Amino acid sequence: MSFVSQFKTAASVMSKDLRHRKIIRTALSNYEIVRDKRKASFQDWQGARQLAAETKWEAVNHLDKYLEEFVAKIEARGTKVHWASNAAQAREIVLQIVADKKAKSVIKSKAMTSEEIHLNDALEAVGLRVVESDLGELIVQLRKEAPYHIVFPSMHLTRDEINVLFQSELGSANTNDPEELTMIARRALRSKYLTADIGITGANFAIAETGMISITENEGNARLTAALPKTMISLIGIEKILPQLSDLALFLPMLATMGTGQALTCYNTMYSGPRQPGESDGPEEWHVVLLDNHRTELLADAEQRDALSCIRCGACLNVCPIFRNVGGHTYGTTYSGPIGSVITPHLRGLQDWKHLSGASSLCGACTETCPVKIDLHHHLLQNRRNAVKQKPSFGEKIAFKLFAFGASRPTLWKFGMELGRLFQPLQTLLHRTPLDPVKPWTQSRELPPLAEESFKDWWRNRK
Amino acid sequence: MSEREKILGRIREALKVEAHRPGAHGDGKRPAVFDPKISSPRKWLPLVGDSVDEQLALFAKNSVELKTDFQLLNSADEARSAIVALRDRENWKRIALHSGELTNVICPSLNLPLLRTDKNYDVTELEKCDAGISECDAFIAQTGSVLVTNRSAGGRALSVLPPHHVVLARRDQLVADLPAAFELLKKKYGANYPSMISFITGPSRTGDIERILVLGAHGPKQLTVICF
Ligand code: SF4
Repeated sequence: MSFVSQFKTAASVMSKDLRHRKIIRTALSNYEIVRDKRKASFQDWQGARQLAAETKWEAVNHLDKYLEEFVAKIEARGTKVHWASNAAQAREIVLQIVADKKAKSVIKSKAMTSEEIHLNDALEAVGLRVVESDLGELIVQLRKEAPYHIVFPSMHLTRDEINVLFQSELGSANTNDPEELTMIARRALRSKYLTADIGITGANFAIAETGMISITENEGNARLTAALPKTMISLIGIEKILPQLSDLALFLPMLATMGTGQALTCYNTMYSGPRQPGESDGPEEWHVVLLDNHRTELLADAEQRDALSCIRCGACLNVCPIFRNVGGHTYGTTYSGPIGSVITPHLRGLQDWKHLSGASSLCGACTETCPVKIDLHHHLLQNRRNAVKQKPSFGEKIAFKLFAFGASRPTLWKFGMELGRLFQPLQTLLHRTPLDPVKPWTQSRELPPLAEESFKDWWRNRK
Repeated sequence: MSEREKILGRIREALKVEAHRPGAHGDGKRPAVFDPKISSPRKWLPLVGDSVDEQLALFAKNSVELKTDFQLLNSADEARSAIVALRDRENWKRIALHSGELTNVICPSLNLPLLRTDKNYDVTELEKCDAGISECDAFIAQTGSVLVTNRSAGGRALSVLPPHHVVLARRDQLVADLPAAFELLKKKYGANYPSMISFITGPSRTGDIERILVLGAHGPKQLTVICF
């Protein structure tokens, strides 16, 4: 099945699934309250957005300079930096490190880059035990599913479903208490931390000035992943750069505000190297893998370059009426929601993924909410335009030509309308049957009735 | 050509075309341009009072929200009794700590077996400890955070592996906001940063099950800040 028909099938099922819709609405209603409270605590949220957007603009538009600075700084403290042009190379690099270390087990903290390159499958294929340590990620890993949402991976599940899952996969006792379920996961993972040979993380930011990565989390799993295993690997998209360390004073609270509605997430941690001389713990080796994987193609599109400013807060997903109705898995992509619809065509091919840009009401809620002011809904329009330009649809072209021909000739237009009025009762009869001539339009909509008289006639008659 | 050269080459090629400034939203109008290099976020971030008392009160208020146990005390003696009270209440058998100006003064009164994380230590032993006691670099009124580094707080694991993290802090370690915390880091560590710097904001937590808050996901269930 093509990606577009997959999307359409899943979307038509999900949008009628009231249970799913209720779960998502409940999960997000509390988020909306705390997010708004946090936004209001800023002296000037719009000013903060503008500064954040300008800062990321500076970083993305001088990416070569800042990347080189980042790499020089981080290498100076004994970190090994690897560059990967695509997913295959990135997997290869990680597998090589794993082989060199003769590693048997890997503990991971949340990294969307690893989802992007399907790292778990590659590691398991060579016989490694891979454990996701973020609770939400662990839950979807046990269900053999992709994360549902970039910030809340398991938001589509109820506690009862998680209870059943933990009983069968972790052999735990029957409980649907969120606290007890969390403790089950905590206990199950403790020994994994202590015995894992390799810890794999992502990063939220990479600081050029000081050669650091910054990881944002709530659970402490990334802290442990970066503290206990002897070898640490961090998989980072090249666009994660920020110029200065002090930029985090703005980005950390903004990310927390929009991501989860917190003033700051529980742990915001900056790493600048493996264990240094005189330090008492931490990994002996640290590998940073810088991932391009089509990001430079997005960079080359000056019109949509700002999409590389994304800090993956997930806020645009949360406000998107499409996301909230069709759900995260329907997209079939690593990054879903508005930002996913914008960047996936760049990352995985415009013609295969243009339908995501079509699946939008263009309400603009995403653009309005984005903390780094990415012009999301205009980019959806641009993707539609580019897709048509690249591969014009013959049928559409003819249809619009015909329409233009008719619409610019008053007599023809009038005749067409009369014909329409005449045949509309027939259409009503055939409505939603296979004989309905406008079925693609009417199968999920009503065809509005034509007015009994045209404006022109009305105007003439009223005199 | 190395992969590095290839990627940097593609970046340079891509950047030959200039992109519009942010915030224009396609209508061609540009908002006032900020220079991120000189523009401090302080004027946008949540407001913090000027006086130390206001800031302490804000930290205390944030602590309540975050479920951090914040104890503002007046002397080392009071801090000693506070930590002994914690020992008795939580029934600590063994604790981990690092040596420092404050831990050395306060912790001997605990009379418990100690694991020190200043040098090489065994993490499985640390995992068995009931609490980890550390110092910090600063605590931040604006967000209710404690700023630690692996140099100031006994390594990477001490503040996150045991189920209870106790922070000892001096009153003068209070800073107003995040920009001040980053200024302090720069001044204190400058060219030689510790390999880990962490802002700890409340005890470890998760909301991954139906977005319901649960404390103690993987890190400590309890965070106590004893300030004197
Ligand atoms: S596009 Fe903006 S709102 Fe959406 S995830 Fe990225 S930063 Fe957040």
